[in-house]
Amino acid sequence: MLGRKSGIEITIGVNKDMAKNTQQHTITALVENRPGVLARVAGLFARRGFNIESLAVSITDDVTVSRMTIVVSGDAAVLEQITKQLNKLIDVIKVIDYTGMPVVERELAMIKVNAEPKNRAEIMQLVDIFRAKIIDISERSFTIEVTGSVDKVNALESLLEPYGIQELVRTGKIAMARGSSS
Amino acid sequence: MKITGAQALIRSLCDHGTEIVFGIPGGVMIPIYDALYDCKTLRHMLMRHEQGAAHAAEGYARASGKVGVCFATSGPGATNLVTGIANAYMDSIPMVAITGQVRTTALGKDAFQEADITGITMPITKHNYLLKSADDIPRVIAEAFHIASTGRPGPVLVDIPMDVSLSQTDYHPVKKVEMRSYKPTTEGHALQIRKAAKAISLAERPILYVGGGVISSNASAELVELSEKTNIPVTTTLLGKGAIPETHPNSLGMLGMHGTAYANYAVAHCDLLIAIGARFDDRVTGKIDTFATKAKVIHIDIDPAEIGKTVAVDIPIVGDCKRVLSELLKVVEPRKATKWNAQIAQWKDEYPLHYPDDGNLYPQYIIEQIWEATDGQAICVTDVGQHQMWAAQFYKCLYPRQFITSGGLGTMGYGLPAAIGAQVAQPEKIVFQIAGDGSIQMTIQELAPAVAHRLPIKIAIMNNQYLGMVRQWQELFWNRRYCNVDLTAQPDFVKLAEAYGAVGMRVEKPEEVRKAIEKSLQVTDRPTLIDFRIAREENVFPMIPAGQSIEEMMVRRPKTCSEEKAA
Repeated sequence: MLGRKSGIEITIGVNKDMAKNTQQHTITALVENRPGVLARVAGLFARRGFNIESLAVSITDDVTVSRMTIVVSGDAAVLEQITKQLNKLIDVIKVIDYTGMPVVERELAMIKVNAEPKNRAEIMQLVDIFRAKIIDISERSFTIEVTGSVDKVNALESLLEPYGIQELVRTGKIAMARGSSS
Repeated sequence: MKITGAQALIRSLCDHGTEIVFGIPGGVMIPIYDALYDCKTLRHMLMRHEQGAAHAAEGYARASGKVGVCFATSGPGATNLVTGIANAYMDSIPMVAITGQVRTTALGKDAFQEADITGITMPITKHNYLLKSADDIPRVIAEAFHIASTGRPGPVLVDIPMDVSLSQTDYHPVKKVEMRSYKPTTEGHALQIRKAAKAISLAERPILYVGGGVISSNASAELVELSEKTNIPVTTTLLGKGAIPETHPNSLGMLGMHGTAYANYAVAHCDLLIAIGARFDDRVTGKIDTFATKAKVIHIDIDPAEIGKTVAVDIPIVGDCKRVLSELLKVVEPRKATKWNAQIAQWKDEYPLHYPDDGNLYPQYIIEQIWEATDGQAICVTDVGQHQMWAAQFYKCLYPRQFITSGGLGTMGYGLPAAIGAQVAQPEKIVFQIAGDGSIQMTIQELAPAVAHRLPIKIAIMNNQYLGMVRQWQELFWNRRYCNVDLTAQPDFVKLAEAYGAVGMRVEKPEEVRKAIEKSLQVTDRPTLIDFRIAREENVFPMIPAGQSIEEMMVRRPKTCSEEKAA
């Protein structure tokens, strides 16, 4: 789901892929904003051999509380155990596994791409279609800011690849449940 | 009035009812020990290795039900605590470990005796703290005691940099702890409890499978009442020993790898498994796909993460065992003894625990004699290995907190320091340590504080001059290739005991056993060590080989080739 419809897409928090029981999960944790919390959380994944695919952490409306959005793939039963163990950490206030729930999710990326004079118009058109923005410009490059679902960012990245991506940074996914539930 | 951080720590510990600390000082701990110097109410026992301090605090916690406290200095002092902390974590024992740390300005700079102990102990503590300000001490100590002793208990470590100990603070005691992120569920769900009661009334072949959670929540009386009201037999884990008197007709003793054959048969055939404060450890279940396959499972546990961790559960109940059991007792229907009870009684008759009677000195006989000589009232502390399993099988516990052992982690060397902690907690009781010759050598140095404090603990070494459990596995599963298990090069334990100022004795024949035990009971002002020279290659049976099913259970020693030919 790309382009103009991207503002109203519905993303479900699970993508079935690879091995049978392996799913991608988006987990949100509200944690005390204190030193060492990230290490405690990461440790629970590491000791079970899970790679964290993306992680976004920042404070919330309450400065004493941070919100972590963790994307991880793995066996559902093991992930359920990790979620329970996360809940047990003293510094963790609340954990939500968005698996199977309707959520809005977004990621922001900055992409520095080669922009030779002959390609500039084409690139600007892509930027327009993706409702992205050019936030910096030099003689030979654009820096593009794009916001959207992980798939949308992936799509723009692959379309820009032929021009030559110099540098790319992604924030990692953040997510929220749809509607008034939290 | 301003006091130092160190003084605030000692006051906080006293405020939370600490009577004794087990520890060893060191450079950065001197301010704290200096504050201890002025304290009249808090006792300290100087151990000889920090591992001993952690195990002693744990032994104290298990015997008393209170939080055990230990001190260690930064760096090696703190890392020496690690095994003891991991042991407490695996067995859910309430403990607060206080470690000194280098000054906050030196943190992370590889200062002398610096170790990142909060980083190291993150996966083996329930929680830990690195203090930055003396003002936080009363709150953090209050939280540490609260976290250690509530919910599923466990160890909490508090790391205190030396400048925090030295700095000035106003002391305001903190009694009540409020933490938004830590609120254990203690009340069981009423509907789930009614479902459990219904399942019990419908079951034809129910079994109670009871773990350490019943001991730590002091739910033994409720458990016995439930078993008697419903006539459901009880099997316990290693840590659940004593939850029901093992002389009770409904007791099946321990289950699992070295459990009684009848307990394992009962679990294999049951149609309702009621797990209470137990966690389906692999030493209990063996091969998980073949464990209690015919059974519906009720699981009562205070830790939601234990529910469904290893087996699928039909009726989960998250809550404190004592509270859930007292609610369950209100709604459960009485049951009469049935064919099932008769079947179990028959298994008990057919497959009793046994050992040879051929004139050799067998460890099982020694353990029975210790039990008889102390009217089954002594606290039994063990190390880890064959002797531990013989003790689990033959030492019939009569009350909770009577059996003190390292379960989950299986820490050799646990016994002597834990016995010290238990004796300090229960000075009126006899504490009998059943040790192995391998295990005791790992912490033998703790004889020194035991002698210094005139503790009359009894140490019975089941000496087969082997790392016996490994030798047993090598014999049974590795074609008798005994590699690095021979301990014939060992000290003369009698002389060693005497060198420390304890009493030493040696027993080589069955007829000397009782006399030696009686003699040890006469000694009241120092430890007594008895070196029992047991049959060297005696094995622990029954045995279900690791990761296998009950079908593979060896109830008795397998016959050797020559025996089979003769038969």
